[in-house]
Amino acid sequence: MEYKLATLPALGPAFPEIILAVGSLALLMYGAFNKSNTARQVSIGAVILQMIALVVVAVQPLGRMETFGGMFVSDDFSRLIKILILLGSSTAIIMSIGYIRHEKMERFEFPVLITLATLGMLMMVSANGLISLYMGLELQSLALYVIAAFNRDNVRSSEAGLKYFVLGALSSGMLLYGMSMVYGFTGSTEFDAIAHVLGQGRPSLGVIFGLVFIMAGLAFKVSAVPFHMWTPDVYEGSPTPVTALFAGAPKVAAMALILRVLFGAFPAIEPEWQQIVVFISIASMVLGAFAAIGQTNIKRLMAYSSIGHMGFALVGLAAGSADGIKGVIIYMTIYLVTNVGVFCCILSMRRNDRSVESISDLAGLSRSQPVTAFLFAMIMFSLAGVPPLAGFFGKLYVFLAAIHSGLYTLAVIGVVSSVVGAFYYLRVVKVMYFDEPAEPFDQPMRTELGILLGISGLFTIFFFAWPGPVVRAAELAAAALLH
Amino acid sequence: MIVTTVAFYLFAAITVASGFMVISAKNPVHSVLFLILAFFNAAALFLLLGAEFVALILVIVYVGAVAVLFLFVVMMLDIDFSELREGFLQYLPVGALVGLILLVELALVFGGWVIAPGAAHAGAEPVAAFGALSNTRMIGFVLYTKYVYLFQAAGMILLVAMIGAIVLTLRHRQDIKRQVIANQVGRRREDAVEMKNVEPGQGI
Repeated sequence: MEYKLATLPALGPAFPEIILAVGSLALLMYGAFNKSNTARQVSIGAVILQMIALVVVAVQPLGRMETFGGMFVSDDFSRLIKILILLGSSTAIIMSIGYIRHEKMERFEFPVLITLATLGMLMMVSANGLISLYMGLELQSLALYVIAAFNRDNVRSSEAGLKYFVLGALSSGMLLYGMSMVYGFTGSTEFDAIAHVLGQGRPSLGVIFGLVFIMAGLAFKVSAVPFHMWTPDVYEGSPTPVTALFAGAPKVAAMALILRVLFGAFPAIEPEWQQIVVFISIASMVLGAFAAIGQTNIKRLMAYSSIGHMGFALVGLAAGSADGIKGVIIYMTIYLVTNVGVFCCILSMRRNDRSVESISDLAGLSRSQPVTAFLFAMIMFSLAGVPPLAGFFGKLYVFLAAIHSGLYTLAVIGVVSSVVGAFYYLRVVKVMYFDEPAEPFDQPMRTELGILLGISGLFTIFFFAWPGPVVRAAELAAAALLH
Repeated sequence: MIVTTVAFYLFAAITVASGFMVISAKNPVHSVLFLILAFFNAAALFLLLGAEFVALILVIVYVGAVAVLFLFVVMMLDIDFSELREGFLQYLPVGALVGLILLVELALVFGGWVIAPGAAHAGAEPVAAFGALSNTRMIGFVLYTKYVYLFQAAGMILLVAMIGAIVLTLRHRQDIKRQVIANQVGRRREDAVEMKNVEPGQGI
């Protein structure tokens, strides 16, 4: 046996992750060894940390880099998604600063756990093998289970955390079972090697079995039907900034992971997974549209809305083309930014220093806070897909891709459910503008919420004027994914 | 060869049977004991595969630590498990039926099973040739080099688990007595002990 000195793997491609990992440990130490309550400083520190990571991601050179023995990959696709994730989770931390103080749950672990969850999401996006995929996914999920239950004295928050944990563990089990089957029948856990083996001949049934289980596990993470049951309860029970986080960054990360797995490891058996994706896409769109109609709580409404939006994004994936991937990325970008606006509005729904969450509480908002009401209405129109707002373009790209790939039925069902879904978004607008005014909310809105809402609203309204950067970045990412 | 086969079926059968007993035993303590039996037999299965390191870790970690912890929890928590599980066996026939249908379907599918060419080879030697190295040595060679990324990631996951446990359960209660080491150390003999001269036959 010869003894070889191990060489240090190239750390450059994983630099943003290393910054987040080390930085979150430093924040943890700072919080733990300070006698006074440091939640606010740690929150600000976590936002700065994520911004630093974002800059590092942005200045990484173009092109594909692998490290850690091919387990970790950084390419144009992963970089774009990482920027989205970092934006999503840092805005969630900013939104939480005021909330956790009001609700008496101001503890420094909150931003630290969000940062660790973000680290998990970045690792998911850069995973180039089944094991690194699972590690990233589990790091993300475990941190999210804890922050769902963060308001531990509240029964509903604890229930949300427990429910999310139990169902999440079940989905992880399915994912692992599928991964073990794929490993058994292809002989590798690395995406490139799996793709190579599958490209050689007729795929074995074992691999398809494994693929189905993997898809079930991943569909749980994007809360696609039929694995959506946890979503409304967890969204409603979790503290509102946590819901804002759940609706944004983890969804983007999980969607990117699905893209990476399907196009990285299973491009050879596209017809097989296309059927699955078409089914969960249709089911999610339809359920998202119809189940949201009867909701009175705005957080539950947003839960069904996010189920529906995941269905729309999956339409692009079902197309299975570069256009489709581009559509998914554009859709997720717009979805993420719009969601920030929605949750800023929900967070500012406070009356007599208490949060209120029902849709009827919004009545008369157009008179007490005209600017907020206008931006909120625009965001709702965008979610419904009304042109020329941003949401319309997201839907346009995914449906075009589906039509180019000949999936006419899927596109038609998508358009129909989008029209049905428009009903409940417009109902919110109607309540704000035409219903008898309720007691106005506490004024003024917190500054940071106002700024985020403004940015989100302006992006939504003026996306049509300058869509170039987003579309070009998405094109680049799609090309990188299909390398 | 035949001995290995017999051993495999023996250990596998006991594992499955004790797994069943874990969920059907009336007494929760018995459940945990059957769980320990299941762990032991799973470890034996690993030994048959030649994975002695995993086998011993399974015994040490799961039997030595996890199962014993379970036992403590089961004994200390005042939960009426039989009430919790009431009606469980009622659902068993339906559950068993569903399981049976799944099994038959799986069997039908497995009938047309084809293994991809080259898969058998690729799976046989996931890391470089073992040679005469022991499991432990081989894991030592790759864990901190080839798999360092996963090793560190696992560390982060455990850290999150630890933070989570503390965040969700630790409460700083004000109304209980705490150990103050400075007071303990600063205590003098004169404060604590009083000498009494007890007269014989009178008591204190």
